[in-house]
Amino acid sequence: MTSPGDVTVLDAPVRPAPPPPRARRHRAPWALWAVALAVLLPVAVPLGAMFGRLLGDAGDAGAVLWSMRTVRLLAQTLALTATVTVAAAAVGVATAWLTTRTDLPGRRVWSTLAALPLVLPSYVIALTLIAAFGAGGLLAGVAGLDALPAASGAVGAWLALTIATYPYVHLIVSAALRKLDPAHEEAARGLGAGRWRAFRTVVLPQLRPALAAASLLVSLYTLSDFGAVSLMRFDAFTRVIYAQYQGRLDRTPAAVLAAVLIVVAGVVLWAEARSRGRAAYYSHRPARPARAVALSRRARAVAVTFLSAVVAVALVLPLGTLAAWVVRGARRGDAPAIPWDAAWGSIWVSAAAAAVALVAAVPIAVLVVRYRSRASVALDRSVYGVFALPHITVALAMVFFAVTYLGPLYQGFTVLIVTYAALFMPQASGAARAALEQVNPHLEEAARSLGRGPLRTIAEVTVPLIGRGLLAGGALVFLTTMKELPATLLLRPTGFDTLAVDIWQAASEGFFARAAAPALLLVAVSALPLYLVVGRRYAA
Amino acid sequence: MRRTITWLAAVALVGAACGSNGGELTVYSGRSEDLVGPLIAQFEDAEGIGVTVRYAGSTELAATLLEEGDRSPADVFFAQDPASLGAVALAGLFEPLPEAIVGTVPARFADAEGRWVGVSGRVRVMVVGAGVEGVGSVADLTAPEWEGRLGIAPSNGSFLAFVAAMLLTDGEDATRAWLEGIAANEPQKYANNSSIVDAVIRGEVDAGLVNHYYLLRAIAEQGDVPAANHFLDPSDPGALVMPAGAGTLASSDDPDAAARFVEYLLSAEAQRYFAEETFEYPLRTGIAPAAGLPPLDDVAGLDVDLSKLATTLDLATELVAQSGLL
Repeated sequence: MTSPGDVTVLDAPVRPAPPPPRARRHRAPWALWAVALAVLLPVAVPLGAMFGRLLGDAGDAGAVLWSMRTVRLLAQTLALTATVTVAAAAVGVATAWLTTRTDLPGRRVWSTLAALPLVLPSYVIALTLIAAFGAGGLLAGVAGLDALPAASGAVGAWLALTIATYPYVHLIVSAALRKLDPAHEEAARGLGAGRWRAFRTVVLPQLRPALAAASLLVSLYTLSDFGAVSLMRFDAFTRVIYAQYQGRLDRTPAAVLAAVLIVVAGVVLWAEARSRGRAAYYSHRPARPARAVALSRRARAVAVTFLSAVVAVALVLPLGTLAAWVVRGARRGDAPAIPWDAAWGSIWVSAAAAAVALVAAVPIAVLVVRYRSRASVALDRSVYGVFALPHITVALAMVFFAVTYLGPLYQGFTVLIVTYAALFMPQASGAARAALEQVNPHLEEAARSLGRGPLRTIAEVTVPLIGRGLLAGGALVFLTTMKELPATLLLRPTGFDTLAVDIWQAASEGFFARAAAPALLLVAVSALPLYLVVGRRYAA
Repeated sequence: MRRTITWLAAVALVGAACGSNGGELTVYSGRSEDLVGPLIAQFEDAEGIGVTVRYAGSTELAATLLEEGDRSPADVFFAQDPASLGAVALAGLFEPLPEAIVGTVPARFADAEGRWVGVSGRVRVMVVGAGVEGVGSVADLTAPEWEGRLGIAPSNGSFLAFVAAMLLTDGEDATRAWLEGIAANEPQKYANNSSIVDAVIRGEVDAGLVNHYYLLRAIAEQGDVPAANHFLDPSDPGALVMPAGAGTLASSDDPDAAARFVEYLLSAEAQRYFAEETFEYPLRTGIAPAAGLPPLDDVAGLDVDLSKLATTLDLATELVAQSGLL
């Protein structure tokens, strides 16, 4: 069974699949559509309005496009995206293979450790790298590491984002490897192919769909990332958009660049969908688990060294740096300033976003699975489309829209929370969908034939049946909302603070020590829902 | 499942209830919380008016106000620099302040029509390391002898305001040439003024272009340091005096409280706070600056209409970016 918390909930939308057996072809109750659209439209309309505003002002927009050296910006952003995607795929496939297909001692622990950097937001990774490396860095005190260059610019951004994204590849590819039928690989080996050749010619092609989904996720993450590129002072689109937003009286340049970035993200999505074409999916269960590859003693040493290096850089270094600061501060006699207000702010808006997302996820999942139609598939696609949009662009559109049309809601919590819910909807609706696909429609039909209306059936039968899946989806929404930075910066109500904002403000001013306590707190609070999502997967 | 949603909703509701206890007065502050938070708390105590503050960059808040127009929830705009204030004034969003408030400061540190008033003075200076000779004009810094020795913060609002002032005094061509000359000298670039001062103290660079109070803060924290403030010729654009200031918005629903806030910033108590805590120049006549600072009249000689900085700020940003410094 696909565990409901499986990370594949993050992957691309459903392929048009044959309808479930004897699904009843009812028209969907309008209330389902109303709730689903109520969450999507608040994002779609402002985006439309922003494009409208630019088109209405096309002369200006064109001039900006020209004067901003957009082409160079585009080239830099795409180069970063490509190199991060390749590096994350290489690291993630290696950690996944080593921890699922070999006899490496402690492979389950290694697998968990390799996934854990998922709790670290990119900007926390970036700020710890900046603080650790370089002449004045924490590592300079450690013998032999004095010569390490400072982390900044393209290399710094690349490293931070690779650390932030390879866990997604690790989790998705691990799941795919577990589902892979070992018969093909064994046949290749039986026919005389070496281990590497068998991996390259048989296993890797079978992993293609999973790898494509993971790479798509990584490239979209990199395109959207704001925190790491900004702290590393690398001019990617998101950083320049924010710089324009902050540093200019005229908001047109920020809007123009945001529009370009949206188009780029759209092209990446489209290209991925095309390249996947009609490639078959290997979702059947393997006949039996693969036999673990026995590693030679030397290979084992290499594997352990590699995994240790990954965990050291991606997990120990960031957490160690944060801890070192808190300790250093405490030794100097400064009590760590724990921002309780900000922590509470993070927790409650994330909870609210998760609640809104869950409420809308059920109708979306029901529409897609039980009332499949062109419209419901389009709905599902657009949910993922919004997820793929860089948050800073959505937030910017929201600011423009809210100030003109939303009156008292402007700068209010409603706009912030609904934006979060819409941005992270696929994490909830994907989980709900995966869970619902496992539920036999006869159960619901039985309720209907006993006289329950369609909505009551959903409330009394469907929701309890997919409860665990929904819970995992909600946990993911909670986790991502906690880490979210650019939309929070732009949309937060006056006087409202979150941990992400606190960390950002301290780090962007160069006060790294002050960022340490809120960063540790953020990691601790995000670890809990991640445990629900990833931990349960291992328990299953 | 239902329990989970109920639980999430409960957390959200409690949070929303706590989150909405905003103050009566909304202030957009381009000055940081570290700097003016204590002062605003003093105001709340003294006047019994609750204040909600939106902290962000001055330019960002000015652009936000322009976008919001008369729908703005803000009552007061408290900005770091006159360019941001000027932009809001030019858009007609300020309610002119009573003469009693504007008259507290010398006329050149307030808007001619009383739409905003300066409350504290920040002077652009050159911070120099031990034994380093300062220059009279920023124009001298494009000479080859300064190659690699200068620290600047090109994305910083104060640096951009200074470039905007140079555009007003020297024109676009001269400003562009100056920026290109500086870029050709390959200065060290920093995120903000305090990093430049730290770098000069460490000896990483010989000198830097900063606001005068960063060195004073470093001395207050670290004791004696091997660096000094060098004041440029008073008429040089590099010696710009930028008043941080405030204005009340015409759209305010409590204009009286808004005016009292601005008035408080000019009270003797608040002015002494600026002199002693932030080391800025008090602008109210009769309050002395921090010990060791030359009198404001001796350093403020540049003849620019501060409200006009708003008209050249975006061009300044553009030119800095084109020069490759940003």
